[in-house]
Amino acid sequence: MFYREAGDFSATYAQDQQTFPIKFDRYRYYVVLFFAIFVVPFVINDYWANSLLLPFLIYAIAAIGLNILVGYCGQVSLGTGGFMAVGAYSCYKFMTGVDIWWGGELLFRLPEMNIFISVVLGGVMTAAVGVLFGLPSLRIKGFYLAVATLAAQFFLVWLFNRVAWFYNYSASGQISAPEREFFGILITGPSTPAWATYLFCLMFTILSAYIARNLTRGSVGRKWMAIRDMDIAAEIIGVNPLRAKLTAFAVSSFFIGVSGALFFSVYLGAVEVGEAFGIQKSFTVLFMIIIGGLGSIFGSFAGAAFLVLLPVALKVVGVDWLGWPTDIVAHLQLVIVGLMIIVFLIAEPHGIAQLWRVAKEKLRLWPFPH
Amino acid sequence: MKMKLATMATVAVMAASPVLADLVFPSMSYRTGPFAAGGIPFADGYADYFTLLNERDGGIGGEKISVPECETAYNTEKGVECYESLKPLNPLVLQPLSTGITYQLIPKASADGIPIHSMGYGRTSAANGKVFEWIFNYPGTYWDAASIMVQHALDQEGGSLEGKTIALLHHNSSYGKEPVRTLEEFGQKYGYELTLLPVDTPGQEQKSQWLQIRRDKPDYVFFWGWGVMNQVAIQEAANVRYPMDHFIGVWWSGAEPDVLPAGAGANGYKSTNFTGVGTDFPVFDDIQKYVVDAGKAAGDGLSLGEVQYNRGLYAAMLAAEAAKTAQEIHGTASITPVMMRDGMEALEMTEEKMASLGFPNFAPEFSVSCADHSGPGIALVQQWDADAKQWNAITDFIKAEREVIQPLIQEDSMAYAAENGIEERCE
Repeated sequence: MFYREAGDFSATYAQDQQTFPIKFDRYRYYVVLFFAIFVVPFVINDYWANSLLLPFLIYAIAAIGLNILVGYCGQVSLGTGGFMAVGAYSCYKFMTGVDIWWGGELLFRLPEMNIFISVVLGGVMTAAVGVLFGLPSLRIKGFYLAVATLAAQFFLVWLFNRVAWFYNYSASGQISAPEREFFGILITGPSTPAWATYLFCLMFTILSAYIARNLTRGSVGRKWMAIRDMDIAAEIIGVNPLRAKLTAFAVSSFFIGVSGALFFSVYLGAVEVGEAFGIQKSFTVLFMIIIGGLGSIFGSFAGAAFLVLLPVALKVVGVDWLGWPTDIVAHLQLVIVGLMIIVFLIAEPHGIAQLWRVAKEKLRLWPFPH
Repeated sequence: MKMKLATMATVAVMAASPVLADLVFPSMSYRTGPFAAGGIPFADGYADYFTLLNERDGGIGGEKISVPECETAYNTEKGVECYESLKPLNPLVLQPLSTGITYQLIPKASADGIPIHSMGYGRTSAANGKVFEWIFNYPGTYWDAASIMVQHALDQEGGSLEGKTIALLHHNSSYGKEPVRTLEEFGQKYGYELTLLPVDTPGQEQKSQWLQIRRDKPDYVFFWGWGVMNQVAIQEAANVRYPMDHFIGVWWSGAEPDVLPAGAGANGYKSTNFTGVGTDFPVFDDIQKYVVDAGKAAGDGLSLGEVQYNRGLYAAMLAAEAAKTAQEIHGTASITPVMMRDGMEALEMTEEKMASLGFPNFAPEFSVSCADHSGPGIALVQQWDADAKQWNAITDFIKAEREVIQPLIQEDSMAYAAENGIEERCE
């Protein structure tokens, strides 16, 4: 009954190849977008923004980024936390004015950048660093590549802790985002309106998803998937593995860098590299795409929602409604989230995205499945 | 200026909203994660004192107290979530018990008009009340602790540290980096050489640092650790046979769970402390009677008298006294966070007051003022006796060298003020 192609004719190639070829699906997508852009900002409050929606949107960008590398190109990476740190620290340097020193003297200082530009530049810097750490992927594969990216993770965290230039020589070693405006509205700092930070992150999330979706179904994405499925075969049919792998690393790191920049500047406001961007973060994002579904943009959103919203939901139910002790609920959270990861891996290895696909197939035939 | 406007707006909103029935003292605790060993007894002490006030006195000034708890696991993201979920409850004061979360909340709470009491942790330069209107860190700061440790080392060496070496073994975070600046300054004054040995969070991996200590043999090891990091460090120190009386921890690195795992090896380990240890204070009789025996204790009642439990108790007592002061100033029992801030700023702890509350000789006397949010910075050094399994105070209360620290506080807080466009108050 739902999701049926019947009566849905396409007259041009463009219509035939659009992301949502089924009319019902397309309208649902427009409704979700409309709701997110025109309804949510009017009802949002600080709690919803800072506890749920901002982390969801930001992790969704990171998950999209990692999904491109792991899900589409098949290159396992454990360096997500480190790459997010690169995004965060570059964003910080750009928004406070990059200072270049030589021999104890200040050579020059860039002007303080607009927050939007700082976030994008954070992504660009991360893309460059990502390509650098992606170079070993040309020689090593699988677990060995995972170990190489793990080295990137630890090296980057160590670097940002060690070199005081990155945190502008602050005594605490933390970076904290000063107040910055975008079109005259505060986006960073303590007194930002909830709707503004939400819309700012939403803009980046929609753009990321749009770009990622269109990259992955174009020639670039097909090359990535060819490499993922069998790299030797891909090379024989003319896919250049160097370009395919390095573009995957660059694009993936760009998104991860953007998410790291937003994570620091808009969401937390102040971060400590070891705590915010440790190995834990790499695993969290990896879990997101595994639960959500490898090789699926929707899966990135689903996985991010699952791992961001579930702990908060459990806390609200356990502590606020049932009045259980906080430590019991915190431990239950670990048990339940862990259990659900195992259940998902066994029952539906392709993640929530696959569940969604199956549900759509079922709904299409409903109520007459035969 | 912008911040001021926002603060005023929040204050106006808060003044307009209806007054809640209870006095809300949230407990941002961590009973899980690698730092729970310190977090659990502290949270229990904090909750138990308020339970005692509710049961024995019917609250503060006739107003009942509620203590909503929120688990942060010492994690900044969860801390933010906790802050946002506690904010609508109109909390009178927040005590994050984490330097990282405190740094996070300083701008937010200042904009929202919620007082923060980071008791002996957090940002040291928040001691300058002229800049940090909403942040308090009495009775002492990390830089005071560093100064007290240096003075103790001076005493032990007969008055000179010339040519000595001190290693600072610290948590690689804003918490552990906090004393570096002060120790460097004192190094210039007293002529010792400082080496930094950072340990990454959470701190179980310290083998290489202790190998370095064994090789370099520094005269003193100063220690800024917390949670699981403390137990590991003390065990490692025992393993490399470092002289324990030259190993001095800050006040967050000297509690029972930290030294007990190392057994006899921990004997002689020292740490600073600003609260009394043990249950030989009259207040514990009341806690036993009204809270533990009545089955209302937050924990299992076994941690009474432990260092962190007593510190949680002390934090709650200071909060309650500040609330009383605020009630006197404003002549109303149901105070708001804004009034609470006034109470904290006018807080005066004298020996008579503490004795009347059942805390005789428990902590140093101090008073808070508009310009000074940290008190005098007094603490003592205690030493662990592994046979008797107890901490013994080995010095009197030592006063920090504020003439060295004050310019540093001034410098750091003015930098913050310039960064955030804050005008000085208290003229």
